Amino acid sequence: MMNRTLSRKLLVSMCGICSRRLSFAQSAVNTVQKQKELIKSRELEKDELRPLYMDFQATTPMDPRVLDAMLPFQVNYYGNPHSRTHAYGWESETAMEKARKQVADLIGADPREIVFTSGATESNNMSIKGVARFYKAKKNHIITTQTEHKCVLDSCRILEAEGFEVTYLPVKNNGLIDLKQLQETIRPYTSLVSIMTVNNEIGVKQPIKEIGHLCRSRNVFFHTDAAQAVGKIPINVNDWKVDLMSISGHKIYGPKGVGALYVRRRPRVRIEPLQNGGGQERGLRSGTVPTPLAVGLGAACDIAQQELEYDHKRVTSLANRLVQKIMSEIPDVVMNGDPDQRYPGCVNLSFAYVEGESLLMALKDVALSSGSACTSASLEPSYVLRAIGADEDLAHSSIRFGIGRFTTEEEVDYTVEKCIQQVKRLREMSPLWEMVQEGIDLKSIKWTQH
Amino acid sequence: MPTSSDTRWQCFMRNSTQREKNYTELNMASCSRTQVISLYRMLVKESKKFSSYNYRTYALRRVKDGFRENLHVDNPKTLDMLINQARENLAVIKRQVSIGHLYSAQRTVVEKEPHL
Repeated sequence: MMNRTLSRKLLVSMCGICSRRLSFAQSAVNTVQKQKELIKSRELEKDELRPLYMDFQATTPMDPRVLDAMLPFQVNYYGNPHSRTHAYGWESETAMEKARKQVADLIGADPREIVFTSGATESNNMSIKGVARFYKAKKNHIITTQTEHKCVLDSCRILEAEGFEVTYLPVKNNGLIDLKQLQETIRPYTSLVSIMTVNNEIGVKQPIKEIGHLCRSRNVFFHTDAAQAVGKIPINVNDWKVDLMSISGHKIYGPKGVGALYVRRRPRVRIEPLQNGGGQERGLRSGTVPTPLAVGLGAACDIAQQELEYDHKRVTSLANRLVQKIMSEIPDVVMNGDPDQRYPGCVNLSFAYVEGESLLMALKDVALSSGSACTSASLEPSYVLRAIGADEDLAHSSIRFGIGRFTTEEEVDYTVEKCIQQVKRLREMSPLWEMVQEGIDLKSIKWTQH
Repeated sequence: MPTSSDTRWQCFMRNSTQREKNYTELNMASCSRTQVISLYRMLVKESKKFSSYNYRTYALRRVKDGFRENLHVDNPKTLDMLINQARENLAVIKRQVSIGHLYSAQRTVVEKEPHL
């Protein structure tokens, strides 16, 4: 009786978005597919005001100083850095080596250990597949986590098809891995452990120093995807005992299309190259190094090193401001990920009883994302949130706020105000919220099939 | 008889805000003091010309904070280095401002009225 009245009441609600919330029994795929159609891509009109950019984990605007460093190499100094016979080549090579030194200084490495690539995805592919294939004869086990970037997970999937054994470590509810579990998983024939430094979706910072020491003591290579961490937190590859590190240009206010891979020389890490050719970059990545992009990456790393403290302080205060304002005004907001072991600039909040996509649509003046950009094309809710054990409905209603070097207080205040306003409005429309206000426990409801 | 630098000084003092008055406590030779202050004013003037809201606010904020944190620097070598850095940054800002004007886009939602 009670179930029938409830289901009738819910059917009556005309809100198209909210009726989808009834479909706990329906597949999540169906639900998300319909919602994806609501945010149609379109270009901004001529006089339309541009939305605020709060998606710094997806990419970052280029710092004017970086662009200034790159332009001479796009205009006049266009030589190939590998040409040894004329001034164009020599000046290009000097600039490339200077950039290499700048990147190396940021992470505490030697310039000879840096390889320029086309981005963190290529660096991840190179390191995982390269190390695994090189040491295939004696070691064929690889360890990674469930919250890694898609490129790492996909590389591991390909290696599984080639015959390697891969263990995907689960993470605790706060997003961090369990060191004891990692210790137990390492076997004598493990060749590589790959764990990202700062997660791009929830912002948690893994205990890289402890993992590095553990791997070194067990003679296992340690690769970390530091795309979101470089230039934002102090990194020293020797203190952390990291053997391979991926760096991405466009996450640290540099150009898109360039990245770097740190490959340790002592003790030597051997890699089977993915890209063969003329033997550039120590034979690990053949191909002309794009001088303007490399110079841009170097300048970005140099600026990041100078501005690290200033940016960190500012980002922390802005993030605290955002989170405190939102949490004080509206109830039932959950922050995903560990509250202490995190990079403050990546705030992932789940608003209960509100659909994430509809909130994003309502916040059309702010450029936000729900989950990572590389998985937004797929139909499932974020696998990272699923791995940290977030409830299905909370995983659907999560929004990631990114704060960076160029964010202002006005932008944060505007975002917070709009967010609070829209969450309140969407909750007013939601029958689930009504039921919660009446004191009904949602988990005890038996949803009927239609 | 007030010297020209003193009159300029008084003029500066009268027109500046309390924040800028703090920069007068610079502990060094008087020629460097006016140098630094004029550099600061030029940097602020150029930074205001950025057409992008984010770049403009960042440049203004960073220049202010940068000068403030180096308020009590004594060592003349460091001072020279900082002044040269400031001059280079000024050149960068000028170039990037003009590039920004060549490729300008619409205003963002939080901008109140068109900038200069």
